[in-house]
Amino acid sequence: MDNKKRTIILLSLLALISIALYVFWGLNPKILRYSFYIRVPRLIAIVIAGSAIALSSMLFQGVTQNRIITPSIMGLDALYSLVQTVVVFLFGSTSIVFTSKPVNFVVNCSLMLILAMILFKLVLKDGKNNIFFLLLVGTVIGTLFRSISSFMQVIIDPNEYDALYAKINASFNLINKDILLIVLAVVLIIFALVYEEISKIEVISLGRDTAINLGVNYDKFTKKMLTFVSILVSVATALVGPITFLGILVVNLTHELTKSYKYNLLIPVSILISIIALVGGQFILERLLNFGGTISIIINFVGGLYFIRLLLKEGKV
Amino acid sequence: MSKNLSTKLLFIITVILSIVSLFVGVSDISIFNIGKEELDIILISRVPRLISILFAGIGMSISGIIMQQIGNNKFVSPSTAGTIDSAKLGVLMALVLIPKPSTSQKIVISFIFAVLGTFIFMRILKMLKVKDIIFIPLVGIMLGNVVGSIADFIAYKNDLSQNMGSFLRGSFTTIIKGNYEMLYLTIPLLVAAFLYANKFNLIGMGEDISVGLGLNYKLVSNIGVIIVSLISALVVIVIGNIPFLGLVIPNIVSIMKGDNLQKNMPFIAMLGASFLLVCDIISRIIIFPYEIPIEMTVGVIGGAIFLYLIFRRNK
Repeated sequence: MDNKKRTIILLSLLALISIALYVFWGLNPKILRYSFYIRVPRLIAIVIAGSAIALSSMLFQGVTQNRIITPSIMGLDALYSLVQTVVVFLFGSTSIVFTSKPVNFVVNCSLMLILAMILFKLVLKDGKNNIFFLLLVGTVIGTLFRSISSFMQVIIDPNEYDALYAKINASFNLINKDILLIVLAVVLIIFALVYEEISKIEVISLGRDTAINLGVNYDKFTKKMLTFVSILVSVATALVGPITFLGILVVNLTHELTKSYKYNLLIPVSILISIIALVGGQFILERLLNFGGTISIIINFVGGLYFIRLLLKEGKV
Repeated sequence: MSKNLSTKLLFIITVILSIVSLFVGVSDISIFNIGKEELDIILISRVPRLISILFAGIGMSISGIIMQQIGNNKFVSPSTAGTIDSAKLGVLMALVLIPKPSTSQKIVISFIFAVLGTFIFMRILKMLKVKDIIFIPLVGIMLGNVVGSIADFIAYKNDLSQNMGSFLRGSFTTIIKGNYEMLYLTIPLLVAAFLYANKFNLIGMGEDISVGLGLNYKLVSNIGVIIVSLISALVVIVIGNIPFLGLVIPNIVSIMKGDNLQKNMPFIAMLGASFLLVCDIISRIIIFPYEIPIEMTVGVIGGAIFLYLIFRRNK
């Protein structure tokens, strides 16, 4: 137990250090207020996105009982980008659905939820999944969603598209700061709800039959968790755009560090690792190396290699 | 499409689609009224476009069937084995290393990268004990992602991101007389592929059986990789990436006609060409007078078909 506490304290310290470095490094006293005005919202956006990715990956893997598939590998972040494009496509850039940010976010989220549930229904069957099948379907679905999005973005009126580009293509270069407050509220509520039922997640991760035997309403609970997963993915993608392989890196690092099955330890550790990776990584790349927009590229490179290693390990059995 | 769609009928369909393709476009040309100006448009823009579509469609679907045989897996194709992504990386490296690379320099470098990428994939394939139909393409796609992120990073560092996004996007829009002729190089490659059809057929039975039948397995599979990599490099440079084509067409033919490669190869070639012709016509009329890059149209249609194929397998 002591060891685990130490892990959490150490990680929290590291997270705080990276946050402090990100905010205070190379601050110019003459434009102090301006710098804070630029840096702090970006920081908050990155922290929220990182936490959302970590939590959603943990929940998803708990529910589907595997250590390889994460929501983004299943194509969920591509689905959110698609939903954003579809909404713009259907309603145009002048309607309230687009101009009012909270309305826009809520509409996007609800559409995303419906579609994600259909997707889950199609591919996740009663906890008896062939993981490789799911993975391949996920990857192809992701590519398909991205193709459809770009297809529609080409069809949209070019003037309209210009105005929308930043909104439908958030990235670390173009962090979407307009929805910070609403997103923060959403994420906090989900955290509170998850925290209340954290022990049930442990039961669920034992498998469907065991969970039912232990008195958990499996189907209902799974649905609830998958709902949270879809919303969290929407949040992260809306803020910083898709980062396919962050989830898998964070989750596996967490398992290696903690070697635990207790979600009240796993979840905070994964969130801390995610924050350190994104904020620390962003600090090093943006301030020290001057490669501002490359963090998602680097995460996808490292994550992709790691993923191949995981696959090869599985494939040798 | 019915099971007994014959090669002859498909040939007629391909010809009709080709003629339609010649007469679809921004300037309205009718078959009965061809003057000098119309003839110029046809010869400078429409015919080159048609030829590139035919070569790309045939080249990519033949590459697909060869990769399937070498990988001994129905879902292995240039786009699921790292070949295409490596070819793209090669084009980028040519741009970074050589100040003003000529097309042939681009092709050579892109080809070298495509071969390297494919061989890395084959190596990984050898290391795996599970030869699961679903598992192998997954590894290939991930390898492609990793190569792709290397390309992204290099492009970012050299301020080529935007550039790369546009010139590697599969599109026939810019094809006119004078910039597509490189594609004629696919002819000898396709001839070689047809001559080797029988051997590729044997290779598809696996290394042990084909060696047992007296085949030089290594040589044939290396020839296959070289043909596929060259075709991929040519198509990527002249047209750009056309996803799923090499994967979907051979699978459809296999469902319709079985796996006799020697007999099926002409059919695969023509189905690839017709499929690409249809996609191109759709791309040209859907937002007329503008057009959609072929990569997107094929990505949407081909992706949906691939998904169907995966679900069909899993039943």
